[in-house]
Amino acid sequence: MSDGPTGRPDLDAAYAALAAHAGDAVLGAVFAKGELTVRLRAAALVAAVAFLKAERGFAALSDMIGLDNGPAPGEGRARFTVLYQLYNRDARLRIRLAADAEGEALPSIVGVHKAADWAEREIFDMFGLRFEGHPDLRRIYLDPSFEGHPLRKDFPLQGRG
Amino acid sequence: MSFKDLELNMGPQHPSTHGVLRLKVKIDNEVILSIEPVVGYLHRGMEKLWESLTYPQIMPYTDRLDYIGAVANNFAYALAVEKLAGIEVPKRAQYIRVVLAELMRISSHLAWIGFQANDIGAVSVLLYGFEDREDYLDIFEAYAGGRLTINALRLGGLPFDLDADLIARIRATLAGLPRRLREIETLLDENRIWKHRTQGVGCISAAEAVDYGLTGPCLRAAGIPWDIRKDIPYSSYEDFEFDVPTSDRSDVYGRYQVRMREIRQSARIVTQALDRLPAGEVLAKVPRVLKIPAGEVFHTTEAPKGELGFYIKSNGTDKPERIKMKSPSFINLQSLPLMCRGGIFSDIVGILGSLDIVLGEIDK
Repeated sequence: MSDGPTGRPDLDAAYAALAAHAGDAVLGAVFAKGELTVRLRAAALVAAVAFLKAERGFAALSDMIGLDNGPAPGEGRARFTVLYQLYNRDARLRIRLAADAEGEALPSIVGVHKAADWAEREIFDMFGLRFEGHPDLRRIYLDPSFEGHPLRKDFPLQGRG
Repeated sequence: MSFKDLELNMGPQHPSTHGVLRLKVKIDNEVILSIEPVVGYLHRGMEKLWESLTYPQIMPYTDRLDYIGAVANNFAYALAVEKLAGIEVPKRAQYIRVVLAELMRISSHLAWIGFQANDIGAVSVLLYGFEDREDYLDIFEAYAGGRLTINALRLGGLPFDLDADLIARIRATLAGLPRRLREIETLLDENRIWKHRTQGVGCISAAEAVDYGLTGPCLRAAGIPWDIRKDIPYSSYEDFEFDVPTSDRSDVYGRYQVRMREIRQSARIVTQALDRLPAGEVLAKVPRVLKIPAGEVFHTTEAPKGELGFYIKSNGTDKPERIKMKSPSFINLQSLPLMCRGGIFSDIVGILGSLDIVLGEIDK
């Protein structure tokens, strides 16, 4: 056992290094069902992802997940959150980063992980979040003339019209 | 007439795009300058739809994602929900799921070899691949009634047990597999045209493969022995002995070699699972109305095409708050422009085929 949030020495070491690197940009860590989620300030996201890749072996981005917390998410909660699933394949570790979008925008991590290119376009298409610094941010599934973003909770299930 | 800087449109109805994929290709005579894949023609809004359905209702929808490997989708979804809800799947069901998933992998790879050779011009191999695949579809039909969209799994286990007849039939089919694989290899391994069209074509380095998020046989063909069944085992995969085939060629031929070896490893796993099949139930007790307390999981599996997984967020009701599917084809297709750089136009279909994409799971 280890004193960190997960009780797993290897994962706790990765978390401790990230916390030391990002300082007060780390807003908290949750360990549930064997999965570690670290909440970060959006401003520190790119540096944190680059640090995990260069220094801690989290070289692979598995997936990016957009979340809509509802049109009225409640006091102190952001409407949109994006999750980043990262892998350290050598150590067989997974870590999930969570960042709240500020003003429906987040910094792009394409400069660190090429795999984020289409993933960010998908979230832009489905949720309307802009990724600052993305080289080619366009809709990926829907037609450019489509209005609205279907995975938003206030978008009707059967479409408009 | 000059063909410098000509922009050509492949698809969305081109026969070798495996569904409805459009490629915008810029060429300078025969040489590819750039490629831009355009997806979304099959977008059905699955993830939005799932937010309005209960957890068991979603299962048959997953068949329609990667419809060449339907059981792999059922499997990944079931495992994610079970992890989230804390459902313990009986050992016998875990083994039978492995049997079904590996038979699906064999079937998917056989279909792939047929499509791939056909795209490159070896039409006869298509017939071999599909004749062999037929035996596996028959097994699924005997098990659950379906051949393409099988809906073979239930949350908590399986709808049916494997009976002795079906086990004997699976064993007989696998006994004939080595001879059939040798037939295909006799046609292709040393075939001059096949080698010319696949060797040194569609290369990607190991570092690029990781950066672009490649998974599955394409990643292993770039020399990286990453297989979730081995590295983060699920559903009792740790009980079985098998190798993770890799290749250092990192070209289309390497991906062919990796898939042919994987078929043999899958057969090995199925044989072990059948030999040691534990007794007992095949379905855990799952409430009729499955309400899952608030929480989130991200669970991935090694599907025939790569890392397939589901992120599920629950909110205490019987319907999910959000489901995101991690689809291997979507991520893998991103590296097509890189693999095609500097290549010639006629290589595109071969490289695209080697990625083994299915538009059903790309477009969702």
